[in-house]
Amino acid sequence: MKSNVSKLLSTAAIAVTVSAGATAGTLDDVKAKGFIQCGVSQGVPGFSNADDKGNWTGIDVDSCRAAAAAVFGDATKVKFTPLSAKERFTALQSGEIDILSRNTTWTYTRDSSLGLDFTTVNFYDGQGFMARKDLGVESAKDLDGATVCTEQGTTTELNMADFFRKNGLSYVPVIVQKADEALAAYDSGRCDVFTTDKSGLAAHRSKLGDPSAHVILPETISKEPLGPVVRHGDNQWKDIVTWSIFVQINAEEMGISSKNVAQIKADTKDPGIRRLLGAEGNMGEQLGLSSSWAYDVIALVGNYGESFENNVGPNTPVGLPRGVNNLWTEGGVLYAPPVR
Amino acid sequence: MSDKTSTSNESFLNDAGNRAMLFQIALLALVVFIGYYLFSNLQANLANRGISTGFTFLNEPAGFPVLIHLIEYTEADTYGRAFVVALLNTFVISFIGIVLATLIGIVMGLARLSRNWLVARLATVYIESLRNIPLLLQMFFWYFAVLSALPSPKNSLLFGDFMLNKRGIYSPNPIVQDGFGLVIFGFIVSIIASIALIVWAKKRQIRTGDWFPAYWGSLGIMIVVTLAFYFIAGSPLEFDLPQKSRFNVTGGMVLPPEFVAVLIALATYTGSFIAEIVRAGILSVNWGQTEAARSLGLADNLTQRMIVLPQALRVIIPPLTSQYLNLAKNSSLGAAIAYPELVAVVMGTTLNQTGQAIETIGLCMLVYGSLSLSISLFMNWYNKKMSLTER
Repeated sequence: MKSNVSKLLSTAAIAVTVSAGATAGTLDDVKAKGFIQCGVSQGVPGFSNADDKGNWTGIDVDSCRAAAAAVFGDATKVKFTPLSAKERFTALQSGEIDILSRNTTWTYTRDSSLGLDFTTVNFYDGQGFMARKDLGVESAKDLDGATVCTEQGTTTELNMADFFRKNGLSYVPVIVQKADEALAAYDSGRCDVFTTDKSGLAAHRSKLGDPSAHVILPETISKEPLGPVVRHGDNQWKDIVTWSIFVQINAEEMGISSKNVAQIKADTKDPGIRRLLGAEGNMGEQLGLSSSWAYDVIALVGNYGESFENNVGPNTPVGLPRGVNNLWTEGGVLYAPPVR
Repeated sequence: MSDKTSTSNESFLNDAGNRAMLFQIALLALVVFIGYYLFSNLQANLANRGISTGFTFLNEPAGFPVLIHLIEYTEADTYGRAFVVALLNTFVISFIGIVLATLIGIVMGLARLSRNWLVARLATVYIESLRNIPLLLQMFFWYFAVLSALPSPKNSLLFGDFMLNKRGIYSPNPIVQDGFGLVIFGFIVSIIASIALIVWAKKRQIRTGDWFPAYWGSLGIMIVVTLAFYFIAGSPLEFDLPQKSRFNVTGGMVLPPEFVAVLIALATYTGSFIAEIVRAGILSVNWGQTEAARSLGLADNLTQRMIVLPQALRVIIPPLTSQYLNLAKNSSLGAAIAYPELVAVVMGTTLNQTGQAIETIGLCMLVYGSLSLSISLFMNWYNKKMSLTER
């Protein structure tokens, strides 16, 4: 009994000291424990979703894997923590996770007052509405008097309110704690409309009994830049997460993929590509990483285009077009700073 | 030499009272120190991470809607007002829930003691099944299985001017017109008349022993007088009737299914526990008391009301208090089915939009703490009032 008490006390003491010192040096902490703890959603197909064997896949999952590849040269050294929308920031603030990669919208308040830093955007989204086809609604402007279901604790709640206020429409808000139950409420007829990010609407519609009976309205009522988040004040860690994604985007732009990266590293004479892949100089050193960090990201996780096609692209159940999430050279908005 | 020993024996530390006091002070100092250490550690960590603290966020515009608000509330109002809205929702569901649960509990507790085999068995089935199913599951059942099986707004069930559908129970909304003050005046007059009647009846009973049904009489007076004033004033109420619109029903008053589901779940669940408490209380009164009352010639209902129930209440009240406290705290489960009570609005939306985890959770703890303490204080007062007075 006595030894238990003293064990408990010493654990508590360690916990206090650890949490006091965790603000800087996430890279050292991560290297010491041997894996990255990554906060993800409780299941959004295409973004972060676990299969029946517990393997996580999705664009948000790939962002964590890219960071693991950069740090360890091994994309599997990630452990995932599924979080609800309302738990996510507290989990990151308290040091429970190292990266929050959970289709989280980058907003001013979140970036400035929560003690968090947004790294970069890994998916450009926007909020939309889904309604039953038999209601005959063609535009979100027709929704005067409708009942709207949504998940609690997201930017969605505020955007919805802003949209209806701006257009002078009345509505009845039904705000449910979890996304699945919000969808169930919509499906049972409690609501006329379900609202969330458009990528989420497509994913949720695929879960309904008869997806073709529901229509996604054309309006996009908000900007939702989604991306990984880290704790404020650890610039090195933020740079690692940010540049792992920039490497993925640059790789696609340069035509480097997981399939040809080894070939290109051996053959290329392009100094830009040689620098990126660590064949020349040591770019990784500046971030405290090995010289092959960018090579590992591309070889183990793939470039951004591969990530997109594998997780949310037209050939997946989510079935989203590239749209704005294309390279700037292809008419999208993905424009990563150069690696030099 | 001996002088010295005696002085040291009477020294400060040798006095048992002083030693006890010292230990108390040492313990208090330790508690304060640990509290201070934890608090300063928290402050330091918050500052390190650049997390803003304080309650100023309560004055900022909330920007989110709330489904059920008893006071005026729009998205342009502040987080502080949203907090009050949520607080009222918690109070209302707790209060109505407690009243309903008590009624259900008394009826079911008595039913289980009934000599009628069927009634007693039905009460047993009710109590045993509801007591043993988790409350959250029951809420989901009422919300997703029962209430969502109602027809859509287009095919609403109609009961006169009342409508029933998936979106709630709609009733006409009374709108006060000029001259309603007269009706309120009439109501006050009827209350005064009722009190006078009750006082008169009591005095007469003491004087002559004759009994007069004063409570039924006063109820009659209140209804007749108020109605009379209502018609004299020219029926100063108009009703806003619910009407079907494109998506929903507009106008009228609405009781949303979230409220109904939480209320039914809380009342029936807690009611099943109260039923057992009531049964235990009644069984705890010695049968001899009933026999004695009968031998005095008291009628059965008087025996129950004047002899058995007052004694049973002494056993019932303390565990009843715990059930009331449970119900108030269990109302927080309503967050799961979109009932906008404290946990949903403050620890859900407000926490997420502002990121003020410690402040919002602190607020919620404070509210539940004070709500529970006030229920506790009230019940303790009532318990003292009902307890055995020995002369």
